[in-house]
Amino acid sequence: MTTGTTKPTLAVWKFASCDGCQLSLLDCEDELLAVADRVRIAHFLEASRRVEPGPYDVSLVEGSITTAADVERIRRVREASRTLVTIGACATAGGVQALRNFADVDEFRSVVYARPEYVSTLATSTPIAAHVTVDYELHGCPIDRRQLLEVITALLVGRRPNIPAHSVCFECKQRGNVCVVVAHGTPCLGPVTHAGCGAICPAYQRGCYGCFGPMETPNAAAEAGLLRATGMSEADVVRAYRTFNAAAPAFVELSRVTVGPPPGAGPRDAAAAQP
Amino acid sequence: MSHRADRTLDVRSLARVEGEGAMHVRVRGDIVEEVRLDIYEPPRFFEALLRGRRHTEPPDITARICGICPVAYEMSACAAIEDACGVVVDPAVADLRRLLYCGEWIESHTLHIYLLHAPDFLGYPSALEMAKDRRDLVERGLAMKKAGNEIVELLGGRAIHPVNVRVGGFYRTPSRQELAPLRDKLRPALDQALETVRWVSGFDFPDFQHDHELLALVSPGRYPLESGAVATTAGLTFPVGRFEDHIIEEQVPHSTALHARLAGRGRYAVGPAARYTLNRQWLSPLALEAADAAGLGADCRNPYRSILVRAVEIVYALDEAIRLIDRYEPPERPFVDVPPREAVGYGATEAPRGILFHRYGLDADGLITSARIVPPTSQNQASIEDDLRRFVGSRLDLDDERLTWQCEQAIRNYDPCISCSTHFLDLTVERR
Repeated sequence: MTTGTTKPTLAVWKFASCDGCQLSLLDCEDELLAVADRVRIAHFLEASRRVEPGPYDVSLVEGSITTAADVERIRRVREASRTLVTIGACATAGGVQALRNFADVDEFRSVVYARPEYVSTLATSTPIAAHVTVDYELHGCPIDRRQLLEVITALLVGRRPNIPAHSVCFECKQRGNVCVVVAHGTPCLGPVTHAGCGAICPAYQRGCYGCFGPMETPNAAAEAGLLRATGMSEADVVRAYRTFNAAAPAFVELSRVTVGPPPGAGPRDAAAAQP
Repeated sequence: MSHRADRTLDVRSLARVEGEGAMHVRVRGDIVEEVRLDIYEPPRFFEALLRGRRHTEPPDITARICGICPVAYEMSACAAIEDACGVVVDPAVADLRRLLYCGEWIESHTLHIYLLHAPDFLGYPSALEMAKDRRDLVERGLAMKKAGNEIVELLGGRAIHPVNVRVGGFYRTPSRQELAPLRDKLRPALDQALETVRWVSGFDFPDFQHDHELLALVSPGRYPLESGAVATTAGLTFPVGRFEDHIIEEQVPHSTALHARLAGRGRYAVGPAARYTLNRQWLSPLALEAADAAGLGADCRNPYRSILVRAVEIVYALDEAIRLIDRYEPPERPFVDVPPREAVGYGATEAPRGILFHRYGLDADGLITSARIVPPTSQNQASIEDDLRRFVGSRLDLDDERLTWQCEQAIRNYDPCISCSTHFLDLTVERR
């Protein structure tokens, strides 16, 4: 990835987000110093006031694009980065702040701020890939730190990261969890959700709430039937999909698939069911 | 002398804080004309997007305001929703919440001391640079941080945005056997925390005192985490439900965070120093002994010494966590049902950075009709700016580089979380 004996450089960037995904790097308590031995951390504001100019070998990008200034900034980050990896639900799917995409952002702004004119924001929260080419995406709200280490390690040695694309159901089996849907009738997004967390929620007797976003090939109809059979209302289903990965196209799609027209009414958009 | 000339100091992207902010200071001669803590992190509109969500959702949704202190958001959200619905949780569940919260304090405080703040006192740009000379110190910090995270992972499922918290309690509660191994991991961390207090107490603290009114929860009998009434050092006390009668949030043009003030009184500060000053007598004997040995007096009004209070609070949190594990008996049920009703509920808990207030309005079906969240950093913003103004005024003989770094350090005294307050820091010192 780099020539000669210089260590590869790593940069970490933040856009609209909670800081949790970049914190995952600092949460690698057993590996952090080893990582710092192998790469030069050239730009990581949460950890260091020393900032080195680009170009950077690897950029980790957290957060979604919600301002005009950030539209420009992500382009500069892309230009300065050989490999750009987006980390987390905000960067890959707009994050929970993408709920504005289904609402009126001016109304949102006036609810929070008395002087909304002081606050500049875009009408939508969009993933990084909507603006620049992304080389690799790591899902999750937050990302899993073992997956983050896998991506960094793979990029350091020049191989493709080994990140499974199957659903959370596979991880439940691996972990030996009892299926919460079958055993308790608990609503669960596990069948349509991207693996990576290690099936934490079902291990705690809770249904998966989809924080890793959609798997690659979700079976929409089967999941719709499953959720309705557990007693969820249409509005509940829409809310479940429209949370932390609200702008992931497959979840937007799924939230529509599950919403059928009420008896005697014509077709309507799922947004109308959003309370 | 050139450094006496009019000048501007700018830090356009503040480092080692959580979130995006900037600092701007403008000096004309000997007069500090303007000090601004600019918080430019883009707004995410949580209070707006919570409307129409179910009353069971705020713990998960508001956790996403901050990846550093998600447990604080979960705890304040649960407190507010349970208040609205008139539900009280099982005492064993309340103890488990306190244990979970101890884990977050340990993790967050250690992160701040070792990775964000200590490098300022020792002259390093980062802890990773510090590790090149003092790997042992950074390893000690990481080991303590890991101990805190282990509590959160065991009780919450994962360290960031834990999944096991629900309105009314937990999805699943551990057995005594599951909790026991945790104790063995916390014991060595407690020794490391005591070493941390001794280490930090030897730092060179600038001579500086503020006169902010300090505000924290107070719950007689124990150090405040997950509950209490509000009190200030000027003698004001009120229940959490009256928070909005006393705290006014104002918007300023340079910030996407709102500035909070005490009605009719002005700026105030929250956080470890406020908690300590108002609750010192409720520390555990071990933590109190560590505080005394470190030279912390009855109150802490030098903001630079907040790092010392954080270290003492880590000792307390570890001591308290061990106590809670030792006396733990699993509740009969992991949670109580929380049937919704049309009501307004209030909740406040002590996040690592200070009091975190939530208020929710619910309709009869349990859908949220209104939400209000007041995070610690927006409450501290006016005090941080006041500290900077006075600090810069007394140190104009320093060159720009040195002064800028010291100003950044002054900001980091408050461990500001810009992601929480919506936004944070980039320092500009303008000298004319």
